[in-house]
Amino acid sequence: MLKLPIYLDNNSTTPMDPRVLEAMTPYFLQHFGNAASRNHPFGWEAEEAVDYAREQVAKLIGADPKEIIFTSGATEADNLGIKGVFEMYASKGNHIITATTEHKAVLDTCKHIEKLGGEVTYLQVQPDGLIDLKELEAAIKPNTILIAVMYANNEIGTVMPIKEISVIARKHGVLVFTDATQAVGKIPVDVNKDGIDLMAFTAHKMYGPKGVGALYVRRKNPRVKVTAQMDGGGHERGMRSGTLNVPGIVGFGKACELCMLDMEADTKRVSKLRDKLETSLLLLEEAYVNGSREHRLPHVANISFKHVEGEGLLMGFNKNIALSSGSACTSASLEPSYVLKALGLGDDLAHSSLRFGLSRFTTEEEVDYTIKAISETVIKLREMSPLWEMYKEGIDLTTIEWAAH
Amino acid sequence: MAYSEKVIDHYQNPKNVGTLDKSSKNVGTGLVGAPECGDVMRLQIEVDDAGMITDAKFKTFGCGSAIASSSLATEWLKGKSVDQALAIDNMAIVEELNLPPVKIHCSVLAEDAIKAAINDYRAKNGMEKIQFEESVVH
Repeated sequence: MLKLPIYLDNNSTTPMDPRVLEAMTPYFLQHFGNAASRNHPFGWEAEEAVDYAREQVAKLIGADPKEIIFTSGATEADNLGIKGVFEMYASKGNHIITATTEHKAVLDTCKHIEKLGGEVTYLQVQPDGLIDLKELEAAIKPNTILIAVMYANNEIGTVMPIKEISVIARKHGVLVFTDATQAVGKIPVDVNKDGIDLMAFTAHKMYGPKGVGALYVRRKNPRVKVTAQMDGGGHERGMRSGTLNVPGIVGFGKACELCMLDMEADTKRVSKLRDKLETSLLLLEEAYVNGSREHRLPHVANISFKHVEGEGLLMGFNKNIALSSGSACTSASLEPSYVLKALGLGDDLAHSSLRFGLSRFTTEEEVDYTIKAISETVIKLREMSPLWEMYKEGIDLTTIEWAAH
Repeated sequence: MAYSEKVIDHYQNPKNVGTLDKSSKNVGTGLVGAPECGDVMRLQIEVDDAGMITDAKFKTFGCGSAIASSSLATEWLKGKSVDQALAIDNMAIVEELNLPPVKIHCSVLAEDAIKAAINDYRAKNGMEKIQFEESVVH
C-alpha cells in the first residue's frame, strides 16, 4: 500500500533505520553514563559502547579507530578539519584550495579563514560538476597546505575524483580534506585507497541519528594533526572537547555497520529506481539532467524542467512528495542554487530544477507515483507558462529584452 | 513555508489562463519579470469602445504566489474600466492572498503587469503612455 507523503529528500536527511534506534535505546536509559567517567561501571559501559562504535565507523571507511574524532555533525567536522589544519600548519603555509560547488559549511569556513589572513583559491567546476585536475595542480603554490574538495555533491550527486586529487596532493606535500557527508555509507569510501588525510561525515545522512558526525584524521603516512576548535576536557585525544553523545555515537556506529552490510544490495536496488525515475521524467520535453551522469551517487538525480519554475512545480505535489528545488523564490536575494550556476546553467534552468534523493526505504510504487505526479504538474504548469508558449512559437527567449527586476 | 488557502486555490484552479490576440487593437499585453529572476508574467486585457475591460487572461512562469497574484489580478480586472484598473494596488493583492513578506514581489509584479498591459493598449490606440514610478521592491 502506498503511504503518503513520500519522502524523496534524502540528501537533506534520511529516516533512521529502526535497527539503529534499537541499538541506541539502552544508552538513553540504563546505560546513561558519561564515557569519560573512569571510576564506575556506568562510565565503563559508556566507554565500551563508544569504543565499539568507533570501530564500526572506522571499519566502514577503512580507517583505524584511533583516527575517528566524534563531533556534533559534518558542519562541525568541516570546521574542525579546515580551521584545525589552518592553525596547526600555520608555519608551513596559509593557502587552501577548494571548489565553488562545496557545501556552505566548507565555503563559509574558507571565507572565515580568508578574514584571518589565509589565502583561498576557489576552483571553478566543469559543466559536469567535476573539477579539472590540471587546474587543481596549477593552483598549488609553495604555501599551499590543504586541498578541500567534497567527495560527492549534495545537490547534484556528482562524485569527485578524490583518488586522483590525492595523488596530485601527495606529489606536492599538500594535505587532502574531503567533505564526504553524502558519500559515506552510499558508495565505497576508503581513506587509504583514496589517499584522504581528513574527512568529514555524519550519521543522519546514512540512516543514523541527527547530532553526531565524525572527522577522520590520518595518524600514519603522514601523521596529521588539527588544532582543537572546542576547548575543554580534552576529549577525543584533545581534538574535540565535550562530553560524548553516547547514544548518538552508538547509533552512528550501528548505521555504519548496516551501510557496510547493505551497501551492495541497496545500491543495486536504489540505482535501478533512480534510473527509472530519471528516464521516465526525461520523456518530458525539455527536461535535462544536471551534473555528470557517469560520476554520480546511485540514489541522486537533479533534473531541470525548462520553462517551469521549481517552487511553483513543487507546490503541485509537495503535500504528497517531499523534494527540494534549486530555485530560491523565497529567499530575499531571489538567487537560485549557486551549485547549479557553477555548472554554467542559466538562472532560468537553475530556477527550474528539482533534486531527488532516494533511500534504502524508497519503493517502486513511490517512484511510479512520483513520475506521474511530476509529469502531470509539469504539463499543467507549462500550459500556463508564457515562456513555454513563446518557446513553442519558436521565439528565442534570449533575444527578448526582459524588464530588469 | 505554508501557503494560504487562497493561494492554493488559485494555484490549483487558476482563473483566466490563456492568450488573447495580441495583434488586436483592443488588446493590451503586459510582459513583466525575467526568467533569470524566477518569474515572468504575461497579462492581457481586452477593452471595449467604452473603455471597459471585457476580458483578461494571464500566463505566468513562477512560484505559486506569482501564479495566484496574476490569477487574482485577471479576476479583478474584468468588468472594470481602464481607469479603475489603474488604481489596483499591489498591497490589495497581498492582503487578499495573505502573501508573506518574501512573496510581496509577486504582487508587485502583478501590478506592474496590469500597468504594462494598459500602456500597451493606450499606445495601440494613439494615447500617450502613462509614466509610472519605479516599483519599489524590484
